[in-house]
Amino acid sequence: MIATMQDHWYPVALASKLTRSGRDTLLLAQPIHVRAEASGAPVVTCDGRVLPVLVKFGHVWTSLGTPAGDVFDIPEAHQPGRRLVEVGSVKVRCSPLRAVENFLDIAHFPFVHTDVLGSEPHTEVERYEVEIRDDVNEVWATKVKFFQPQAARSAQGGITTEYMYRVPNPTCSVLYKTCPPRPGEWDVITIFVQPLTETTCEVWPWMALYDDDSTMTQMIHFQQLIFLQDRSILENQLPALLPLDPGQEIPTRADMLSIAYRRWLKRHGYTFGAQLVAA
Amino acid sequence: MILYDYVLSPSCYKVRLLASLLVAGIDLRPVDFHPGAEHHSPEFRALNPAGTIPVLKDAELVLTESGAILTYLAAVNAHEWLGHDDPEMQARVANWLAFSQRLTASAGAARLHDMLGFSGDIDALRVQATDALRELEAAIHARRRRGGIFLAADRPTIADIACFPYAALAPDGGVSLDSYPSIRLWMRAIRALPGFIEMPGIHRLHEQMPEPGPMPDVVRKESA
Ligand SMILES: [Fe+2]
Repeated sequence: MIATMQDHWYPVALASKLTRSGRDTLLLAQPIHVRAEASGAPVVTCDGRVLPVLVKFGHVWTSLGTPAGDVFDIPEAHQPGRRLVEVGSVKVRCSPLRAVENFLDIAHFPFVHTDVLGSEPHTEVERYEVEIRDDVNEVWATKVKFFQPQAARSAQGGITTEYMYRVPNPTCSVLYKTCPPRPGEWDVITIFVQPLTETTCEVWPWMALYDDDSTMTQMIHFQQLIFLQDRSILENQLPALLPLDPGQEIPTRADMLSIAYRRWLKRHGYTFGAQLVAA
Repeated sequence: MILYDYVLSPSCYKVRLLASLLVAGIDLRPVDFHPGAEHHSPEFRALNPAGTIPVLKDAELVLTESGAILTYLAAVNAHEWLGHDDPEMQARVANWLAFSQRLTASAGAARLHDMLGFSGDIDALRVQATDALRELEAAIHARRRRGGIFLAADRPTIADIACFPYAALAPDGGVSLDSYPSIRLWMRAIRALPGFIEMPGIHRLHEQMPEPGPMPDVVRKESA
């Protein structure tokens, strides 16, 4: 069954930071209010109507419609010993879909996260695999390899990092990444995007890492630093809306995941933050 | 010296930047400003009752104002950065240190509103930021007419470091720098200083790096 845009789950708050007075915000251009009851349980309302709500991955999720099931799962995130990092939200003047697309941009590390997640001249994108998995209705990219000067706070010196990208929900993405202190396991790095309007969003990065050395604050700061580098690029992208039609562009290898994501959105009729005609 | 630091704070970046330019070692103690609001915690308030960052601690000395921290770093490490050659220069530096608070209260507050969802009258903040930037533009323009570029002397001083971050990050708060050519040249001169370091939204000078703005690749792709 294909969910409409209204029926998806969206992140709207950090459960641990929710207050009784709560906060006013937007979801798909609708004003909503998110607050905690005396018991601590979250309540989300839209114009007096109580919306569906659940807590997962440290965040409060809600929906304007009727979600078919639970929020997608990340089985790795439940493994014992992982540090769960609530990075907090950052508002960005860009389409919510642009925020996800940038997260999926395999080639941007050396240019946007210079000397941290990538560096020149190591800008080449090696062959990788992209697929739309119909059985689970998700977009995946696997076997992505990249040289990185400092792939994580726990990384000492440069390493070739392997990645997998996953889009389980139109405004959420999960990145699985070689875990320097624990070969054989994947670090989990996500962005959960709350669509405010078609051209503004609130991004809630979240991570489940193996890292016994860094303090929680250091891990939060590392990821905020990385995301703010993305933000300054995102706010300048043109056109503001994500074109779902590839148009005339000749895709490079690095674009394959972005093209799959756009195709998948189009198939779902997910148009909030998108434009259907090529610019 | 310990700097109580937040990676996204332009005021903390002032201190990190000056320390780097002066090759002065400081230890960083990260403060979970967002989302943890650690600066409001009783432990942090015991250090700085105002609950603000940055804080610089050097043995018994605790400094909680960025202008004072810059002054102290320069006085300890590189006197020429104080701009104390003559009374006029010294007064100009003091004036710009005070002026930088206007940038913090306007462009800085607009940035916190737009980026981290802090409350504030965003339209009023942007008007105030624009007023402050116009004043800065006029002052740098006047310096340029006399062959200079830096705010208080013919060399960079703490006056430049105090004003640079919030001016450079004004676009984060929805205030464009397009109409300030002198500010842009001045920022370029600061970014060209040996030992310059970046923060998100403020890039180093790099021949292959585009100026902050659309990445050429993206523009080409989308307009095709
Ligand atoms: Fe990025």
